Amino acid sequence: MWTIVLAVALGLVAGMLSGLFGVGGGILFVPTLTLGLGLTQLHGEATSLLAIVPTVAVGTWRQQRYGNVRWRPSIVLGLAGIAGVVGGGFVAEALPEHALRRLFGLLLLLTAAQVGWRARKR
Amino acid sequence: MRLALIGLAAGFFGALFGVGGGVIMVPLLIIALGFDERPAMATSLGAIGLIALEGIVFYGAHGQLKPGAAALVGIPGAVGALAGTTLQQRLQNRTLSILFAALLLAVAVKLLV
Repeated sequence: MWTIVLAVALGLVAGMLSGLFGVGGGILFVPTLTLGLGLTQLHGEATSLLAIVPTVAVGTWRQQRYGNVRWRPSIVLGLAGIAGVVGGGFVAEALPEHALRRLFGLLLLLTAAQVGWRARKR
Repeated sequence: MRLALIGLAAGFFGALFGVGGGVIMVPLLIIALGFDERPAMATSLGAIGLIALEGIVFYGAHGQLKPGAAALVGIPGAVGALAGTTLQQRLQNRTLSILFAALLLAVAVKLLV
């Protein structure tokens, strides 16, 4: 019972983050599905995509009404993204994940700094 | 062209590390292409939808989807998105950027530890 309440609450928070920041929400969906509802990592990652669809559909619909969606870039990004997913999937099987993970974490730290710095200047 | 590269990078790193493409697309749209925060975040949402749909076709063919569990978090997720987008319209771009930087920081820490 409590795991269900928790899953619903975390789903809500994931959706809030998604709508607020333009991300998918998988960052919270995946741990909720695996740690909370007991799915395996693979099933959790796959299933989170199913949860992302209604979330971003509502988010995109709202943003469309606010006039914020640029459709052509969005479609180009999405189609190129699909190609990237295929490539990333192959590389994930071939390379040591740990080193790459740290590198990517560092890259995100730098990005966070740059986004924050840009905002501070305005 | 740069859009296609950003999309490629988002899909690639997303698949590699299990983070969504949004944390990659949004900052690149803002920094590299000069999008304002709100359009960058809105445009990223549409792209994520496309990428997720493709993943569903792939995993669906392999039988790895759990629709019940997805509905349990995804329906509240849709409600949350409604609240999130509404809140977003009321925040300044600058505030959004600072909050988004904090989110990136959290994801980076999660990856590093």
